[in-house]
Amino acid sequence: MIPETDALAALLVAMMRAATPLAFAALGELITEKSGVLNLGVEGMMVMGAVSAFMVVVATGNPALAMLAAAVVGLLMAALFGALTLGLLTNQVATGLALTIFGIGLSAFIGQGYVGTPIEPLARLSIPGLSTLPLIGPVLFGHDAMVYLSLAAAFGLWWFLTRTRAGLVLRAVGENPAAAHSIGYPVRLIRFGAVLFGGAMCGLGGAYLSLAYTPMWVEEMTAGRGWIALALVVFATWKPGRVLLGAYLFGGVTIVQLHIQGAGVAVPSQVLSMLPYLATILVLVLISRDATRIRLNAPASIGKTFHPGG
Amino acid sequence: MSRFTRFAAMAAALLIGGQALAADPVKVGFVYVGPVGDHGWSYEHDQARKQLEAHFGDKVKTAFVENVAEGADSERVINQFAQQGFDLVFTTSFGFMNPTLKVAKRFPKVKFEHATGYKRTDNVGTYAARFYEGRAVIGTIAGHMTKSNVIGYIAPFPIPEVMRGINAFTIALRAVNPKAEVKVIWTNSWYDPGREREAAETLIAQGADILSQHTDSPAPVQVAQEKGVLAFGQASDMSRFGPDAHLTAIVDDWAPYYTARVQAVIDGTWKPADTWGGFDSGMVVMAPYNDRIPADVLAAAEQMEDAIRTGKHHPFQGPITNQAGEVMVKDGETLGDDKLLSMDWYVQGVQGRLPN
Repeated sequence: MIPETDALAALLVAMMRAATPLAFAALGELITEKSGVLNLGVEGMMVMGAVSAFMVVVATGNPALAMLAAAVVGLLMAALFGALTLGLLTNQVATGLALTIFGIGLSAFIGQGYVGTPIEPLARLSIPGLSTLPLIGPVLFGHDAMVYLSLAAAFGLWWFLTRTRAGLVLRAVGENPAAAHSIGYPVRLIRFGAVLFGGAMCGLGGAYLSLAYTPMWVEEMTAGRGWIALALVVFATWKPGRVLLGAYLFGGVTIVQLHIQGAGVAVPSQVLSMLPYLATILVLVLISRDATRIRLNAPASIGKTFHPGG
Repeated sequence: MSRFTRFAAMAAALLIGGQALAADPVKVGFVYVGPVGDHGWSYEHDQARKQLEAHFGDKVKTAFVENVAEGADSERVINQFAQQGFDLVFTTSFGFMNPTLKVAKRFPKVKFEHATGYKRTDNVGTYAARFYEGRAVIGTIAGHMTKSNVIGYIAPFPIPEVMRGINAFTIALRAVNPKAEVKVIWTNSWYDPGREREAAETLIAQGADILSQHTDSPAPVQVAQEKGVLAFGQASDMSRFGPDAHLTAIVDDWAPYYTARVQAVIDGTWKPADTWGGFDSGMVVMAPYNDRIPADVLAAAEQMEDAIRTGKHHPFQGPITNQAGEVMVKDGETLGDDKLLSMDWYVQGVQGRLPN
């Protein structure tokens, strides 16, 4: 095989792997935010997903079960958030931050005995004839199941939000909960569902970290990816396609800058480390610089509590 | 107990307060930058804290706060310790320097020890380990064992501590194998398993067959294990993340130092000092060597360790040239501590430009 296409393929594969945890978490948060709820607990739900997936895969050796466990644990964390913010009308920002701190602490506690336990990383797809093709083989047919799942989720959510009645209802609840309530939609129930979905997706994002990306468990292994996912949602103006684009851009530039450093190019490494953030923000701001359209996309009631009686 | 006797007991306690104080345990606080479970830098500090408790028993009470962000956040944590009447507070990251000094000014009776810093006052001492001595040992091993003559080095921030490590490693590497070169990737973070993994994979893709790291997560060792290359752990024995890949690690052992300093507080002889210990002080030790290291290489490594311990060899012994080929240390001279503490240049053999 030609070494250049090999290197390019390695780069693209690394990019997709770096982007996948961000894509899961950001897509989940997008749905939560579209319903008008701001959950800053992404990092906490991700890290809980990471530890629970790891524990289950150690116990059972079954990666599918591990992914399911991560989604359920993320969902439970989100349920806690939902019960507090939607049920008891606590402040969403404060509750979300608390959820992150809680998740980081709890995951470190329950994961104590799992540091350094070896696991089999998530299996990669291998189709005879296809996966070994130069360039397109590894890039299109050489990933683990979760990479494909994240792509499917982005497409599915775009379709859900723009082409289905349920998606329209969800958006209505995020735009104007009072109006949605007055025509008979159960605003808090819908929001609760959106929060749960967001939690499950964040759990999956965390599972990708501990099962495939860095197949191990160490404390705080999310290392701030939850916050990047949160920022991606805003810069992508709440559109699934752009969230995916942003995640890939971020992942891509992260990987490219490491390669540039390794190649010994004379650019300060601090600048290179900024690059993923700069490039992602720049591109997403440029493609969505129309202020009116941003306002149209941003859920109008985001972060505000809603009480049907109020 | 009736109300009266309780009152009397309290009064008595107050009266003999002076005496009671002498028997009070010495309270020692620790501020960590990472989680105690990082199995690297903060982990080793916490191991030493536990040994402190085991050594002194109920004469000492310790407490720690982990995951403290450098900067303003740390000031709050350090202040909390001082306010709660702790006698001695160890702040264990470079970025805690100014917050430590600020709090120390407010609480002149509390004693502070700041790791890896350089600012001292009447109640702030500093301490650090000559970690670079270990780098000379692993550099020697790498020089013997590399086949591709490319060593990957994952580094966090271009500060003198990290520069010393890269340079000491490279000097020892090239003393054994003049053709070998070091590729450095900066992650701009002390701890990010994901990014360290990517950096390790990049270095391997670019030809490195041995990895060394100054970042704190075991991810690079794990990558080395997967890809069948070799690696050195950082700050603690990381062999369980890569039993075949992990050759050895440079380990900080803070326990002897912490014990001595706490003893000084108990004895009332504590004075702020500037301690910089290496192999000779027991602050720096090598993790068990992997069996796959050939006997002659092992002998060379142990000889290097011994020579540094006994002062026969200095990792920064001339002649040393920088990347541009200028002589930085002349033959027969060694680099002084002041120069080591402000190091901001690469020696010959490191690829790429230094970020500045």
